[in-house]
Amino acid sequence: MSETQSLRAWLLTDTPTSRRHARLSAIYQGWLSLRSNTMAMVGLGILVMLVFIAAAAPIIAPHDPFVQDLGNRLAPLGTEGHIFGTDSLGRDILSRLIYGARITLYIVALVALIAPVVGLLVGTVSGYVGGWPDLILMRITDIFLAFPRLVLALAFVAALGAGIENAVLAISLTAWPPYARMARAETLTIRTSDYISAIKLQGAGPFRIITKHIWPLCISSLIVRVTLDMAGIILAAAGLGFLGLGAQPPSPEWGAMISEGRRFILDHWWVATMPGLAIFTVSLAFNLLGDGLRDVLDPKAGE
Amino acid sequence: MTMLDIKNLNVWFGTARDRVDAVKDAGFSVAKGESFGLVGESGSGKSTILRAITGLAPTWSGDITVNGDRIDQKRPKSFFKTVQMVFQDPYASLHPRHSVDQVLGETLHLHGFKDIDKRVVTLLDDVGLGQKFRFRYPHQLSGGQRQRVAIARALAPEPTLLLLDEPTSALDVSVQAEILNLLTDLRAEHGLTYLMVSHDLSVVGHMCDRLAVMRGGEIVEVMTTDTLRANQAQHPYSQSLLEASI
Amino acid sequence: MMDNLLDIENLWVRFPSRQGVFDAVRGVSFSLGRERLGIVGESGSGKSMTGRAILRLIRSPGIVEADYVNLHGEDLLAKSEKDMRAVRGQKISMVMQDPKFSLNPVTTIGDQIIEAYRLHNNASKSEAYAKSIEMLNAVSIRDPERVMRAYPHEMSGGMGQRIMIAMMLIPNPEILIADEPTSALDVSVQRQVLDIMDKLVRERGMGLIFISHDLNLVADFCDRVLIMYAGRIVEVCEADKLHEAKHPYTRGLLNSLPRLDAPRDRLEVLKRDPDWATAPSVSGRT
Repeated sequence: MSETQSLRAWLLTDTPTSRRHARLSAIYQGWLSLRSNTMAMVGLGILVMLVFIAAAAPIIAPHDPFVQDLGNRLAPLGTEGHIFGTDSLGRDILSRLIYGARITLYIVALVALIAPVVGLLVGTVSGYVGGWPDLILMRITDIFLAFPRLVLALAFVAALGAGIENAVLAISLTAWPPYARMARAETLTIRTSDYISAIKLQGAGPFRIITKHIWPLCISSLIVRVTLDMAGIILAAAGLGFLGLGAQPPSPEWGAMISEGRRFILDHWWVATMPGLAIFTVSLAFNLLGDGLRDVLDPKAGE
Repeated sequence: MTMLDIKNLNVWFGTARDRVDAVKDAGFSVAKGESFGLVGESGSGKSTILRAITGLAPTWSGDITVNGDRIDQKRPKSFFKTVQMVFQDPYASLHPRHSVDQVLGETLHLHGFKDIDKRVVTLLDDVGLGQKFRFRYPHQLSGGQRQRVAIARALAPEPTLLLLDEPTSALDVSVQAEILNLLTDLRAEHGLTYLMVSHDLSVVGHMCDRLAVMRGGEIVEVMTTDTLRANQAQHPYSQSLLEASI
Repeated sequence: MMDNLLDIENLWVRFPSRQGVFDAVRGVSFSLGRERLGIVGESGSGKSMTGRAILRLIRSPGIVEADYVNLHGEDLLAKSEKDMRAVRGQKISMVMQDPKFSLNPVTTIGDQIIEAYRLHNNASKSEAYAKSIEMLNAVSIRDPERVMRAYPHEMSGGMGQRIMIAMMLIPNPEILIADEPTSALDVSVQRQVLDIMDKLVRERGMGLIFISHDLNLVADFCDRVLIMYAGRIVEVCEADKLHEAKHPYTRGLLNSLPRLDAPRDRLEVLKRDPDWATAPSVSGRT
């Protein structure tokens, strides 16, 4: 008990004694304020569970998600051995949902790696450099913004061919402009601040200023925005899946599952509803977490 | 020996119809080791002169000579080893996500010093902060402590000319006294030259040997502090400033 | 015994936080008559919190506690939020440090003043307009018609602050709380704004609470001064006798100021005594 007490005190100190200590202490303080937000913790809990389910899918799943059993198709909820029922080809819906978590995570992770990074790069460079590079980059951003997201993604997928990777690419390409806009707006206020002037007076070049001084300040609000957008990304992926342009059958992607289920939606509602509920839960979890993260990370709301 | 010589300095912002002349035809010179004050109300252009010297206000014309070298629009890296600046608001001049150690370490790294650890320790001692502040973030520091960090950062490249832009106007009077004493000590120890901007005549009177009074972008009078104290300012504007601050 | 407008006993402002409860104001008692009362102290001394606590403007999670905060014998802390809204502005007004943050940037000054006037008075638009012009005249604004049409960003700091004062005075409050009203202004403008406030307070017989960090200004401008340190009042004195103050904290503050007429090589540095923070608060009641 006393050991955990002293560890806590060590982490909460106002007088850190080393670089590592200072960093750990800052992380711990952030964690504490996130923990005090119940809804964010619920969101985080759901996401941790999702990761766990995805990782342990072969162990947890009661059936093989691809094995068809035409004698037992469209079994209702609570059927022996099929809690969530079976779909039109007699595949176990629960198992498919569990394996689908992997695909969802894969899409989310890839988009989260591509879109914000591109947005951050374009936005900060554009905001910091100004002049004609700003003009060009922002007009390109405007062009991307002018198209409805799903329509643009559809066009990309149509050009590149259907498939998960192309769906991810298409979603990323349509997702970055808002991040670029946001990063640029933040850069514009940051670049006139005294601490940027101060580092300029030490002879720092634009590259160092952007990467070491502007990025750390943009990233936190970007992370918040990305978590809040995750719901939209999952839905866009599901939408592409639903239209048959994302993951291809028999892959158990949630959007594609809804698409399959829609033919029976009146008589066998659970086939489409179960994956719908899964999408809803995960989107909600990301939104809750994003709200909580905003309270922790947003430097403007702090103090 | 002159440390800083300014002739016919004009600084403006915007172009054509929107052009605002912030400094008009200013000129003065500061001797090596001297402490020179720029006094005026807000908008008089006093801070703009500092920003023009450091290149933070890019649109200027005229002659600025630092330590015998005439300054071009583009300043070489060596310039920042001679001239450094302390900003007005210590709450805005430190990066909110960088610890004291990072701030000083990066500055030293940029100026090509190798013994960074040792120098950070010395700098912190110089400004009276001590080692326990080394790994703190700005939000863990008081206003006075932040300003000490900002002074340490300005001292890191071992400059000879320090530009002080209202270094104490955001601080409490008791903290102001500590910072002003620190600046006095540092000037004696390192043989620094100060160019100090302030709206507070008594602060400039305390810190400086000579001062220039500015109004509307123009220097109306240059005098010694003794003249000011003896109430012998010539220009009516200087007199009215003096009256208002006693 | 003076005619007291405001009487405060044992006022506390607390902020619960993860590290425990932080007390910003700790057991402060004072009264306000038809006078100019100065509250001085350094940042973090609780002087602004005291001013805001009277109007119950402390934001959550902050808590205001007191034995009583009586305005004409009515306890403000017992009032509902709805009744409190009638007190704010009508009976007690507040002028903040920076007028830029207190005025709506997208509405003309005239519209804002007229709106404020009609909120408190049942008046027609033209009546309100005439009254607004009158108010702007009262705070020595030349050409009030032009100012009425202007937007806040077109005003200088001094003008903005005068407009704020004009707006605060429209409902004819009995008490004006001014929180560092001149700190953002140049010295010459500072004087003008103070003179206007002084004139209005005298003519209308208002009570003024003047919160400032500037000892000399308060000594000049106020009748009575409370000196606050670490959330408590450490000393109460007549403003013209401030320079003869006894408490080592007040003395230290006065001595740490650079002075043109008495040059020194080094300024005196205030040595803080931990006893100051623990000593009981001095009562500022009369």
